[in-house]
Amino acid sequence: MSAADPMIPQDLPTQFEAWFKKRGWQPRPHQLDLLEKATKRRSTLLIAPTGAGKTLAGFLPSLTDLAARPPRKKGEAHRGIHTLYISPLKALAVDIKRNLETPIAEMGLPVTLETRTGDTPGHRRQRQKLMPPDILLTTPEQLALLLASKDAARFFSDLAYIVLDELHSLVISKRGHLLSLGLARLRNLRPGAVSIGLSATVAEPDELCRWLVSGHENQADLIQVGEGAKPHITILDSKERVPWSGHSARYAIGDVYESIRQHQTTLIFVNTRSQAELVFQELWRINEDNLPIALHHGSLDVGQRRRVEAAMGTNSLKAIVATSTLDLGIDWGEVDLVVHIGAPKGASRLAQRIGRSNHRMDEPSTAILVPANRFEVLECQAALDANYLGAQDTPPLIEGAIDVLAQHILGMACAEPFDEDELYREITSATPYAKLGRETFTRILQFVATGGYALKNYERYAKIRKNTEGLWRITHPKFAQQYRLNVGTIVEAPSLAVRLTKWRGKGGSARGGRVLGKVEEYFLEQMVQGDTFLFAGKVLRFEGIRENECIVTSAQNTDPKIPAYMGGKFPLSTYLADQVRSMIADPARWKILPDQVSQWLQIQQQKSLLPKRDQLLIETFPVDERGGRYYMIAYPFEGRLAHQTLGMLLTRRLERAHARPTGFVATDYAIAVWGLRDMGQMVANGELSFADLYDEDMLGDDLESWLADSYMLKRTFRNCALISGLIEKRHPGKEKTGRQMTISSDLIYDVLREHEPDHILMQATRADAASGLLDVRRLGDMLARIKGHIVHKPLSEITPMAVPIMLDIGREAIPGDANEILLAEAAENLIEKALSF
Amino acid sequence: MAIASQLAPNGTGACPFELAGNELLADPAGIIWWEAEKCLIVSDLHLEKGSSFARRGQMLPPYDTKVTLARLQKSIDFWRPKTVISLGDAFHDNDASLRLPLAQRQQLSVMCKSLDWIWISGNHDPEPPVDLAGMVADTLSIGSLHFCHEPQIGAEPGEVSGHLHPSAKIRIKGRTVRRRCFVASDKRLIMPSFGAYTGGLNVLDKAYSGLFEGRNFYALMLGEGQTYRFDGKKLY
Repeated sequence: MSAADPMIPQDLPTQFEAWFKKRGWQPRPHQLDLLEKATKRRSTLLIAPTGAGKTLAGFLPSLTDLAARPPRKKGEAHRGIHTLYISPLKALAVDIKRNLETPIAEMGLPVTLETRTGDTPGHRRQRQKLMPPDILLTTPEQLALLLASKDAARFFSDLAYIVLDELHSLVISKRGHLLSLGLARLRNLRPGAVSIGLSATVAEPDELCRWLVSGHENQADLIQVGEGAKPHITILDSKERVPWSGHSARYAIGDVYESIRQHQTTLIFVNTRSQAELVFQELWRINEDNLPIALHHGSLDVGQRRRVEAAMGTNSLKAIVATSTLDLGIDWGEVDLVVHIGAPKGASRLAQRIGRSNHRMDEPSTAILVPANRFEVLECQAALDANYLGAQDTPPLIEGAIDVLAQHILGMACAEPFDEDELYREITSATPYAKLGRETFTRILQFVATGGYALKNYERYAKIRKNTEGLWRITHPKFAQQYRLNVGTIVEAPSLAVRLTKWRGKGGSARGGRVLGKVEEYFLEQMVQGDTFLFAGKVLRFEGIRENECIVTSAQNTDPKIPAYMGGKFPLSTYLADQVRSMIADPARWKILPDQVSQWLQIQQQKSLLPKRDQLLIETFPVDERGGRYYMIAYPFEGRLAHQTLGMLLTRRLERAHARPTGFVATDYAIAVWGLRDMGQMVANGELSFADLYDEDMLGDDLESWLADSYMLKRTFRNCALISGLIEKRHPGKEKTGRQMTISSDLIYDVLREHEPDHILMQATRADAASGLLDVRRLGDMLARIKGHIVHKPLSEITPMAVPIMLDIGREAIPGDANEILLAEAAENLIEKALSF
Repeated sequence: MAIASQLAPNGTGACPFELAGNELLADPAGIIWWEAEKCLIVSDLHLEKGSSFARRGQMLPPYDTKVTLARLQKSIDFWRPKTVISLGDAFHDNDASLRLPLAQRQQLSVMCKSLDWIWISGNHDPEPPVDLAGMVADTLSIGSLHFCHEPQIGAEPGEVSGHLHPSAKIRIKGRTVRRRCFVASDKRLIMPSFGAYTGGLNVLDKAYSGLFEGRNFYALMLGEGQTYRFDGKKLY
């Protein structure tokens, strides 16, 4: 080692220095720091806000390295790739390539760079394997595929750098687990390769530093760049009335339009695709100036999305309505305003989205939050306060998923025969799997080989088998093909292409016409010919389903039946929930809220009460208009998923207490349960105790017995079954029949639960459900928190805080196992009708 | 449930209906009970579908035959038939009867021997099952009922078939409920599939075209312990 002072940043090679100068730029300290770390072969995590030149920092080490590399001599073998860049989004990989091409061209560097995504044509992928580019920009799924190929070792033999972009968003998902396993393999193939993680600000940077390197080492170095100028965020102060409930924010469209007019380019973020469609539609309805306003979400046709992205790059759009597909660090044009419609759901998430505006960190970003209802006003205010304080609420990392590991093990067998002990060591070097027990690993291995059942029926059909040298290898090349077709962890609901035709009538040809994008099958299943819906910014008329396509025509009317998708995908973060509770408890803080919202809280205080920060308020009241129903509303503020689980468990317990519950509905903030008996009265009589009802013991037997039949557990099982390879998304030669899955996972679940409830995949399902769709962990924390802090208010009528959820009752379907009752009711009606003749 | 008992005068949850002058009961387990002949009719057992998939690399839980036979046993124990008619596709493929686990092979063997068992052959199992008792036939007529695996367009009235795995969907209160079902008119009956791993095909699918006159049929949907009848015009 040289004696150079590590405090003095390393000098840039002259051609780089000249380039910076020509551009009128100065290399930033963190860019030089990272270069220095990389030169010392230290893996490093760079945490920096948007606009800090993170991407360039991440690539400087490899670019300077490549610039100094002697050119390949004629006749010499092709070198493997030098730098591997992984991003969570295809679009981001494409965007980064565009951004890197400029410095490479301007400095005349001898560097080739290419992307490799699901969209890359087969011939180019082939060529990439024979003649690898110096820098390959790709996604976690493509990395898995590359590592599962026979020539992986050669392909990565020259690998020097691994750049992982938007790491904060990758690590919290199953894709992150898949990537961590891929990284573990890469470290084995090229122990000298340096990992560089690029991330937005997170709550626990150390977790990410450990994630970046082998668990058997310590952790990666950390470079953290301070936040830039504080963003300028306001909550929309509309003269219109903020609605009680709903997610459309229709009331604010006029204000939003006005803001678009006053800015150069506006990015409008919404939480769901249906919101995006609706906001887009509403904006165009009043777009008298014909402003170029575009729509962007993940279900739209790729070509359509690319056109919007290209228009964005050339600054020819005035506004773009987008979902999370545009969340991540994509840098398009001069956005000077971000409008966030709907609840932000998390403080960090909001900060990352707002970072999209004004991509220079020394200038403040400008953002307007548009709450869609009154509770969202509180949530927006809490997020705004958090942003001011710099509070972070990124979710904690969870242990690696079993289904992902099963997929990975098969992939590793496809690459080359493996030794069980070595693979176990490699897998446990990945942080998410550091605690994986050997016994569990063996069970997963057995699962991959023969299904891992207690009944050893499938030995002769084994997909992988130990050979005479004690190495596991695949038994037939068709299993490698199956693996390649089904790689990845993103399980989408089965969906159909939407084709816009002029056809309208029986037997007419539906050929031709444009594909607008994809829509989930379950949504289309509810439709009959003639129904209209919003998609791709158009009102479409459903004509029918032809093979794998949904045939639509342009609708004449402009009032569509709006897609009834669920609210946001993300539940309210624990941090924001706590902030909202404390805001409600503290009237002094209401001053900053819009008048109509603080009045709403004041009336609530008069009519009922406002819970203290640690309290759980329960209101009970009858509502006669709804047919003599009695209601119990609780306000835990723990997010929709935890509330749904709570609702399922409460109704079971209420049934046992003879309260005769008939249904419930859950939002991010509250839960409403209704039934045929007055629960307030029952408490007064001593027939019911809320302390007992909300006791933590509901997470014991009640949870177990409910889980057994839960629809959500079945959905979770389906994902695990698909990811682990128990059932296939696609089968070789039958790629097109994705619509009718080979076999229903519900049927498999029923059989497995009955005969082998402890099967490894059932364990995987329960673990996923606890942290995922059921959010049991959060429910448990809540029940512990409110113990001894329940305040009950028996009332004679509905309160202001109850109005939003009461309005949701008619709108949302009753979750759970109500199907049977519905069937019976409907059939009975028919019989009554039949009898009346 | 109060509603269920109102709907089920016989207390079994089975729904009575008539086909070509015969009184039949549609049992919510997915079988037909024909009291006059003491005959139980079941279709599309698809035994050993699990191992059939395992051969292709999808290691489905190897318990489907066990589940299917246990359910069938339950129905047999309840109705005590003299005759059982299996309407084809009893086995998922031609070798499936050879792959039966020992316990299930014995169970099935006893069932077949102790009753008048009739195997109607299906497209999945054109060959008769190996070493199992019972009569094998492509089609069979008893009185005014005619049994076969695949429904035939233009068949004479009284046809009882399977093959299509019908399911029906109703829409109520903004929700859709989908279940396996019997589908019937005054001329024919199509049985639901009985096997543990068998899915359903909507009765409005084009695969059914020509079998009924428009929507002039009804679906007997399988609920929990109760069969529910719906007019074909009410389905989605």
